[in-house]
Amino acid sequence: MIPPLLLDLALQFLVLSLLSFGGANAIIPEIQLRVVEIEHWLTAADFSQMFALSQAAPGPNVLIVSLVGWKVAGVAGALVAMGAMCGPSSLLTYYVARAWDRFRDAPLRVAIQRALAPVTVGLILASGYVLTRTSGDAWPAYAVTGATLLAVMSTRLHPLWLLAAAAALGAFGVV
Amino acid sequence: MSEPPTAPPGVTAGALFAGFLQVGVSGFGGVLPFARRMLVEQRRWLTEQEFTEILSLAQFLPGPNIVNVAVIVGRRFQGPLGAVVAPFGLMLLPQVIVLLLAAALAEVAEVEAVRGACRGIAAAASGLVLAMALRMAEPIRRTAWQVGIGAIVFAAIGLVRLPMLWVLAAVVPLALALAWWRRK
Repeated sequence: MIPPLLLDLALQFLVLSLLSFGGANAIIPEIQLRVVEIEHWLTAADFSQMFALSQAAPGPNVLIVSLVGWKVAGVAGALVAMGAMCGPSSLLTYYVARAWDRFRDAPLRVAIQRALAPVTVGLILASGYVLTRTSGDAWPAYAVTGATLLAVMSTRLHPLWLLAAAAALGAFGVV
Repeated sequence: MSEPPTAPPGVTAGALFAGFLQVGVSGFGGVLPFARRMLVEQRRWLTEQEFTEILSLAQFLPGPNIVNVAVIVGRRFQGPLGAVVAPFGLMLLPQVIVLLLAAALAEVAEVEAVRGACRGIAAAASGLVLAMALRMAEPIRRTAWQVGIGAIVFAAIGLVRLPMLWVLAAVVPLALALAWWRRK
């Protein structure tokens, strides 16, 4: 018998897997909405902390999904959430990869790509906005977000340095 | 991508696992550049152009982009087995490491300096996500209907906080219709 909580977690991420146009970053507002606002599995501060950890740890940013699962139901929760997040999209990718090249210049393929590009941009922009609002609702946090945005757009600094600098500012109580 | 087996000799399931294992622990906040380096420069399993084509497919499909890349590359060289082994190798170590870090973090979660550091990282990482969105917006910003679609999705999900399923069910067909009508 599978615990209902694990089943619920699996169902949530099985659906999100097929909606995540643009990868894990695209579904952050939806994860936040479901696990914080609707299910109350995590507090907003917990969620923000898990997001910080997923960005500071090595590996793909989809790790936020397993951290949410871990907070909800321990190691089993982490594995279930990650499996559910990667399963459906991987199956779809497997089968589409077989057919894709045969339709390289097909007008339908080009149209699909042009249609989904702005959807992805809108989703990731929404993620950035929601994350900014939830990761410290005060001007020092907004200043760090803004400074990071400027630094990434105008310099070639490795993002890890920016995260480290922000962590230091936070540790000393500035943010 | 449809007819795989022109595999360079040596791209076994074990090699796929090892290659993606290395990629998994290489990157902080984005492992795609490391995947490119491993696949194109170090192991030469793919040409630059093959990698770009695989990446564009992986980015356009739902799911974590890098996991999709691993599925496509794994499938190309070792069929279904490769499509399982490559993403498994990719996620194995990051998964273990992040859970160990989370457990360690839980021990010190009440320390004010730790909470502050997390707040700082979250704020900076939000800036990274915004920057990513702005970069991705560059190729579409001169096409009015694409800007409109992007704005609707942003407002509905970011500002109004509508459920994503509803928003995409309404907007994706609209975007497809516009793209088809405006096709060149």
